[in-house]
Amino acid sequence: MATTVLTPTATRARSGLYDWLTTTDHKKIGILYLGSSFIFFLVGGVLALAVRAELAQPGLQFMGEAAYNQFFTMHASVMLFLFVIPMLAGFGNYVVPLMIGAPDMAFPRINALSFWLLPLAGTIMMLGFVLGGSAAEGWTSYSPLANAKYSPGVGTDLWIVGLILIGTSSILGGINFLVTIFKMRAPGMTMFRLPILAWTVLVTSVLVILGTPVLTSALIMLFIDRNYGGSFFDPAGGGNAVLWQNVFWFYSHPAVYIMVLPAMGIVSEIIPVFSRKPLFGYKAFVFATATIGALGFSVWAHHMFTTGSVYLPFFSFMTFLIAVPTGVKMFNWIATMWKGSIQFSAAMLFALGFLTMFLIGGLNGAFSASVPVDFAIHDTYWIVAHIHYVLFGGSVFAIFGGLFYWFPKMFGVKLNETLGKIQFVVMFVGFNMTFFPMHELGLMGMPRRIADYSPMAGWNDLNLVATIGGFLIAASVLPFLWNVFISLRGGERVGDDPWEGNTLEWATTSPPPPYNFDRLPEIRSERPVFDQRHRLAGRATGH
Amino acid sequence: MTANADVLVPVVDRGESLEELVHAAEEHTRGGISNPVLGMILFIASEVMFFAGLFAAYFNIRSNAPVWPPLGNVEFNLRGHVLLPAILTLMLVTSSVTCQIGIWAIRRGDRKGLMRAFVVTIVLGILFLSGQAYDYTTLGFGINDGPFGSTFYTLTGFHGAHVFAGVLMLGVVLYRGMAGQFSARHHDAVEAASLYWHFVDVVWICLFTLLYILG
Repeated sequence: MATTVLTPTATRARSGLYDWLTTTDHKKIGILYLGSSFIFFLVGGVLALAVRAELAQPGLQFMGEAAYNQFFTMHASVMLFLFVIPMLAGFGNYVVPLMIGAPDMAFPRINALSFWLLPLAGTIMMLGFVLGGSAAEGWTSYSPLANAKYSPGVGTDLWIVGLILIGTSSILGGINFLVTIFKMRAPGMTMFRLPILAWTVLVTSVLVILGTPVLTSALIMLFIDRNYGGSFFDPAGGGNAVLWQNVFWFYSHPAVYIMVLPAMGIVSEIIPVFSRKPLFGYKAFVFATATIGALGFSVWAHHMFTTGSVYLPFFSFMTFLIAVPTGVKMFNWIATMWKGSIQFSAAMLFALGFLTMFLIGGLNGAFSASVPVDFAIHDTYWIVAHIHYVLFGGSVFAIFGGLFYWFPKMFGVKLNETLGKIQFVVMFVGFNMTFFPMHELGLMGMPRRIADYSPMAGWNDLNLVATIGGFLIAASVLPFLWNVFISLRGGERVGDDPWEGNTLEWATTSPPPPYNFDRLPEIRSERPVFDQRHRLAGRATGH
Repeated sequence: MTANADVLVPVVDRGESLEELVHAAEEHTRGGISNPVLGMILFIASEVMFFAGLFAAYFNIRSNAPVWPPLGNVEFNLRGHVLLPAILTLMLVTSSVTCQIGIWAIRRGDRKGLMRAFVVTIVLGILFLSGQAYDYTTLGFGINDGPFGSTFYTLTGFHGAHVFAGVLMLGVVLYRGMAGQFSARHHDAVEAASLYWHFVDVVWICLFTLLYILG
């Protein structure tokens, strides 16, 4: 009873394109996720450049305030919901079934549905730009600003509908991941032998299933307020404006962990391989991940300290507390590298970029957890710096690390290492030039979401530096695009296991066959491929 | 450990019967709860959180209101309007029972019993929806009548939408059942649809208690 029995026997007269459009293979769907998310990354990046260009100098040079509001709103919405979350779902889709020795996801057709909802939702969101203006009240869409009275026009409604579809895609994906991980593990793959990426995807999926529906309910209530005369969030009609913030952040704070836990998982796959050591403290890492997931639901109101209607000591304490499991992971990663023979491949460089930048993102976040400090820096550029150190310095660096790491598995060819290192250096420098000055701007009182500022405020130089950094980040994406292009056309062909990996995806061919494995190595630890390599090596030398 | 250094997939090593082994091999899954049923349980978990968001909004707005139901419209007093909703509640609870009777039937391999029970369930579901639609026409307030109207119609409306989805789900199951696709061993879709139907029923019991009895 080998898996080949399940290979479809029907002769295929399909074209390649039709095959990609109708595929239910988790690997192709994973690549579709990655490709579509990357396109949205470019879109969101262009929007960010527009914002930075406008902020380079005081005064309005390139656009009016209405356009500026649309650009920063859609920049955040695209980057969060159409890039980071689906990009990480793409890695989960491609890698997790391979890692646990499964032939596919549990529900392949639902998996295809999850993916195809995304380009549809993205298009709906973007339609606002051609139908009289997109959503423009910030990605947080606070009421009553987001009500029909202050945000007329169809853009916000399209934004709501798009976001509900993206949420549906996430929920279906989360269910799929959980059933896959719980039910489809290969024999011997116990829960405590799961690769860390699978664990982080598991916890992320729980957050998605429990958090995203609450956002859906919030968006529906907002839609009813805007279109059917509802009064959920409008104080003038007897509703409660803070209610929106509560239901919105109940999802959107866990969403931060949805966007960073799988990134931590990616980094936890890369660092042991390129340090030639097992991950330090596997179980501690798993429990830290689960703890972050659980605590993630108890910190949402730290976005609402200044509303005066949340219990400050509780949410402040919980926010400090959630730094503890994150700190545990930092020590895991550092101890993994300690005395390892570290190879500075492009993937490893991006993982190290994650480590250092995410550390800063954690530290400047801990400042904001302190209520008196938060009162001073709330809604300033300090918060913009924090979110970008977490989501760009964290998630995006991990995403590029993952792309360099799994590209050979997906396509059988390596990305060019030199171009990768050039990209890393330019991106790292550009990133810090853009976002480090924002701490200072925030402390000087520059509020977020403004298109213009006084030339006398003393913010000119730092804003100019940040804008130059932003264009440097954009420039760093060009070598990557070129790298993908030349590698797909004729990159260095490598074997099935170019990095000497630990986990099961390296035990099959590159790219893997449709149902992944004909045979699996014996699974006796969380590093089955390492075990197999060294057992075979031992046999070859006669032990 | 030379020839069998590799393990063939899929192999289930927990002493299941041969039939279960074959089933597990076909489905590439481990023993225990089946993939579709687990998927439905997780989906219901997400639905619980969806309604939790709506209920949270209701309680938040209600606790912030000076009086509840708000003054100014006598129709807001739903305790005087409980008869039809009570009958509808009875119908929905009965439909859960008939649904479960259908499950017990197919577990015995009784396809006719499943069909009969599910036809009754679907009819009761449609009667519930029609009754609710009629009830809406008799209420003296709309969704735009302040927080009371917004919360009432959002909660009951989205519940109604879920009943509608449940009826569709049961209809698909019925159709597949008539095509002879279910047996005592293969009826995951029936189990999953019935779980969803019970969930929809439970939500309604909460809503009925909250909106009509507690007022």
